[in-house]
Amino acid sequence: MPDLLLELFSEEIPARMQARAAADLKARVTDGLVEAGLTYAGAVAHSTPRRLALSVQGLLAESPTVREERKGPRVDAPEKALEGFLRATGLTKDQLDIRDDKKGQVYFAAIEKPGRPAAEIVAEVVEQVVRHFPWPKSMRWGTGSLRWVRPLHSILCILTDDAGAETVDLEIDGLRAGDVTAGHRFMAPSHFSVTNFDDYEAKLKRAKVILSAEERADHIWVEAHNMAFAQGLEVVEDKALLAEVAGLVEWPVVLMGDIGAAFLDLPPEVLQTSMKEHQKFFSVRNPKTGQIEKFVTVANRETADDGATILAGNHKVLAARLSDAKFFWENDLRTVREIGLEGMAAGLETVTFHSKLGSQGDRIKRISTLAREIAPLVGAKPDLAAEAARVVKADLQSEMVDEFPELQGIMGRYYAEAAGHDDGVPEACEEHYKPLGPGDDVPTGPVSVTVALADKIDMLTGFWAIDEKPTGSKDPFALRRAALGVIRLMLENAVRANLSAVFVKGYAGADADDLLAFFHDRLKVHLRDEGIRHDVIDACIGMPGNDDLVLLVRRAEALATFLKTDDGENLTQGFKRANNILTDEERKDGVEYSFGPDAKLAEAAEEKALFGALDAAEARIAPALAAEDFAAAMSAMADLRQPIDAFFEAVVVNAENQILRRNRLNLLHRIREICLKVADLRRIEG
Amino acid sequence: MGSETRAKPRSFQEVILRLQEYWGRQGCAVMQPYDMEVGAGTFHPATTLRSLGSLPWAAAYVQPSRRPTDGRYGENPNRLQHYYQYQVLIKPSPPDFQALYLGSLEAIGIDMGLHDIRFVEDDWESPTLGAWGLGWEVWCDGMEVSQFTYFQQVGGHDCHPVSGELTYGLERLAMYVLGIDHVMEMPYNDPDAPIPLSYGDVFRQTEEEYSRWNFDVAETGTLLRHFEDAEAECARILAAPAEDPKTGKRIVMAHPAYDQCIKASHIFNLLDARGVISVTERQAYIGRVRALAKMCADAFVQTDAGGRAA
Repeated sequence: MPDLLLELFSEEIPARMQARAAADLKARVTDGLVEAGLTYAGAVAHSTPRRLALSVQGLLAESPTVREERKGPRVDAPEKALEGFLRATGLTKDQLDIRDDKKGQVYFAAIEKPGRPAAEIVAEVVEQVVRHFPWPKSMRWGTGSLRWVRPLHSILCILTDDAGAETVDLEIDGLRAGDVTAGHRFMAPSHFSVTNFDDYEAKLKRAKVILSAEERADHIWVEAHNMAFAQGLEVVEDKALLAEVAGLVEWPVVLMGDIGAAFLDLPPEVLQTSMKEHQKFFSVRNPKTGQIEKFVTVANRETADDGATILAGNHKVLAARLSDAKFFWENDLRTVREIGLEGMAAGLETVTFHSKLGSQGDRIKRISTLAREIAPLVGAKPDLAAEAARVVKADLQSEMVDEFPELQGIMGRYYAEAAGHDDGVPEACEEHYKPLGPGDDVPTGPVSVTVALADKIDMLTGFWAIDEKPTGSKDPFALRRAALGVIRLMLENAVRANLSAVFVKGYAGADADDLLAFFHDRLKVHLRDEGIRHDVIDACIGMPGNDDLVLLVRRAEALATFLKTDDGENLTQGFKRANNILTDEERKDGVEYSFGPDAKLAEAAEEKALFGALDAAEARIAPALAAEDFAAAMSAMADLRQPIDAFFEAVVVNAENQILRRNRLNLLHRIREICLKVADLRRIEG
Repeated sequence: MGSETRAKPRSFQEVILRLQEYWGRQGCAVMQPYDMEVGAGTFHPATTLRSLGSLPWAAAYVQPSRRPTDGRYGENPNRLQHYYQYQVLIKPSPPDFQALYLGSLEAIGIDMGLHDIRFVEDDWESPTLGAWGLGWEVWCDGMEVSQFTYFQQVGGHDCHPVSGELTYGLERLAMYVLGIDHVMEMPYNDPDAPIPLSYGDVFRQTEEEYSRWNFDVAETGTLLRHFEDAEAECARILAAPAEDPKTGKRIVMAHPAYDQCIKASHIFNLLDARGVISVTERQAYIGRVRALAKMCADAFVQTDAGGRAA
């Protein structure tokens, strides 16, 4: 039972791709082996910045022999058919068996595929996997045509059993597999050979490479935590950063440094952003004050001076970045204290938002006007909402956001506070961009909600007016996200409004119906994620008040619940039966049977009962709908199930007697009319 | 590793001289800057055009680079509207390109035993040149000191063979090596020279002058016209038949056409600094420059240097 060890040694693999690549390597190689008949006991894959490694234990030494029997043509079939069969099987006529079959005598071929040694199969599978590896982005180098994530330098591929290790005979684009690898780029660059996975992992560790990404991450976290703890501080947890940093080093050496007293009064978001985005530093916080006081950086090597030079260099880079940040922060604060946030926003007049939609300044004026209109719907004070709208984009003109675009909104909040705004205005600066995606929080403060809605509706109506709508995969202005944002803001804050009327107050010239249809599409996607079927939503979109999303969703939720009940499902079937018969007959006759049925013409007891049931249901449905109590309306509708079923059991609609027939069609029309008041059941599938 | 770490250089120019010497020793043709305004060393025809076609190539050179929007009137410690890049292009990319690169750091006095060098993912793309490649930004103790790229496509053409490209931001690198915090304070020549000059002595005034011109004075109407002229001239040059009626020789004018592409690209950068280009127009302008770059690349591969005969 040999073990396989494979290592693909390359130039530095992007950190974000390593874990996935290791998993892909394991899945693809083991799948390939199994498909070729080589089963195995276990497999584990690893990644470092410079290598992907895979260990497969307990492989079969060779694939089992496979016997296959294939049925050929009949003995009396034309010669051509036999020739084809012989070609396909690679046999001669005298090697075939002849057996009796239902249809007569038939040729059979017994094909035996002998087992193959593991090394041969491994060589084929590894070559296939390397040549077709699913890197998110891959490249060529030098004069070769092989693609890999970065230049591939060597392949280690050995099979080890009790007799020892054997190098697999494999060559890909001039790279011949061997049993050799190299250690850490700087600390132990020489090559060495290995005999099995344990030997490989142990020798790598001696050569200053920790093979396991998890082990590197654990090491970093424990070291960082201990260093911070020793000084009464805590490391700000950041799993994504930890994984990334573990993918940047083969031999992690954790170093902690001071931020410098001059920078401690910067907002923590500024410190964290600057350190994380640019330097991949962890932030170290004083738990008593919440202030970020130190940083942790992870080097890729030990040095004779215990990292002093490295730390000094990192200090310097950080100090340069933070000096910039402090300079921006102080300039910005001075600006807002002198000329206020509206003064800061003045520069937006000359920033083009879109050549057809004017400047950012124009946009702010529109958002401000729109915010005034939306404020009462959300329960915000119109003046306050307009004030917020005038300043929420001001920080785009700040030096800090110019340097750190990811701080937009957050800086707005700080600067709004510094400029003396309150009552939810600073929060609106930060929150009016939200929600940024399906997973992002939705703001709840009335001013924030108002401006967030006004901002997005201005965008949507604007781009609709100039006919720059998303098409297919193209949505350069993220309008789908904006529409989803409006949907979530309204639903999660239960904002009642007729969107069509709001659209009219947005950018002039937008086709409000078309925009509403776009919202309905986004709503379908959103509700599908919440588990509501698209046909259920369609059945509700067809109803009056469909531009009030809260109402629309309440109706859809009630309908979804209703359809899950027996009554709901059967009533829908009954409704459809009534509707189908009626639609067919109306088409044939060229009339609409909307004259109202006459109860006096009812014959069977079931028919009479249906008259009564419809009256009763209608009497309950109308007030329920008026009170927006969809559950009650649907429960009233559910009571029609039994009478409708009974009616169809007992009565022939298309009676010989034309008077009776017409009366019954008018009765079906009433069923349709009453049900359609609740939801458009015609849209329900199945 | 390419060489032993040397003593630290003492001036900006010594950093440059050492890089010139090092890459010259590695077999690169040490070329001179291109005599036009460009945004980056990549624009030099020794990189853009020579990365195309099948013929081998190795060049290294300093390229003054202009980024009008980065002007700060000479006040910012790190930002300049005019700065220097050191550019290396080797085709095909040698197998030991990373080691050669690390050797260049040692040549300018960075001791590999004391510093932390990291290759951090950074894919390079130049929408104006229709070019992209994969590689890294190289960090030294957390500071980006170079861009390291394997060109995959230039001017819309797949690169075969692939060129390896290095770009060093010279001011930043030299400031790091020399331990200087403000670029204007960096010794330009030897501090013990009879007339010691700082970077500020040489460039502070020009930074101020150009910042003002770039941001506020450049005549946008004229620039827009120049852009269109360059665009038209590029197309006109390439529309000329390959055979020269005077000499009877086949002369495809890829380089003169490419000069117009460079010109258009720089004028676009100036217009951008003047703030007269909107977000949507931006894409359109970039597309227009890219179209020129592609035409020039198409023409270059029809020349001998572009590997036509090979």
